Amino acid sequence: MTSSDRIEKKTVLKAPRSRVWRALTSAKEFGTWFGAKFETPFEPGKPARGRITNPDYDHLTIEIAVETMEPERLFSFRWHPYAIDPAVDYSKEPTTLVEFALAEVPEGTELTIVESGFDRIPAERRAEAFRMNEGGWTAQVKNIDAHVAT
Amino acid sequence: MSPPRASVAAQIRDAAPLFAALGDETRLAVLLRLASGGPGSISHLSAKASVSRQAIKKHLDVLEDAGLVRGIRQGREHIWQLETRRLVDAQTYLGKISAQWDDVLERLRNFVENDE
Repeated sequence: MTSSDRIEKKTVLKAPRSRVWRALTSAKEFGTWFGAKFETPFEPGKPARGRITNPDYDHLTIEIAVETMEPERLFSFRWHPYAIDPAVDYSKEPTTLVEFALAEVPEGTELTIVESGFDRIPAERRAEAFRMNEGGWTAQVKNIDAHVAT
Repeated sequence: MSPPRASVAAQIRDAAPLFAALGDETRLAVLLRLASGGPGSISHLSAKASVSRQAIKKHLDVLEDAGLVRGIRQGREHIWQLETRRLVDAQTYLGKISAQWDDVLERLRNFVENDE
């Protein structure tokens, strides 16, 4: 049985560490593959707010609180997972921590993504997250795909 | 792109109490003990726990309401056992979030590997 608190992904990207680092930490580049347009650059200790670029969801904003930027090694931020209801004030609720860790390997860059803190997220929010899973997020990802392919 | 509403609503109804039941240290410990040690009575389950039999009983009731354990009467006491199907359900939900990360990761891969 895996932990109910965290999700971990590990993969090797065929690109230099400096390239992956830029794709993760340049707000503009991050937004390109993630599907959001950020107004401010990513800086440790500062929030960055963006607008979802998928036309079906462009009334939504995304906000991340950047924690760590250890060049070409570790990028982390906190966010409210699936904070998708404009009528709800998520600011008082617990966040999850998203960490991107980079390591150099012969083939390129080993990237480890860990999202943790799900155990503290209220049960009704998690149920909502699962609902979003079914639709919105998938749509968003497909849009990024189209954008990157052009 | 819109999800099948009825089944999603049913999933949400199902998921909330499940995660509420799992979101407690003592209850997780009870589940782990049942998982590793097999079915057991309350005395068995509270033997090494730092909480009282009454507290364990309350936790077992919550777990039973969520469908995670089942109590079967055996003589004067109940023997509690895991309902593994519900645990698999809980994993399915996290699995979905996990799948989203897989998708996002592939978008990132396309982005950095197909760079000019």
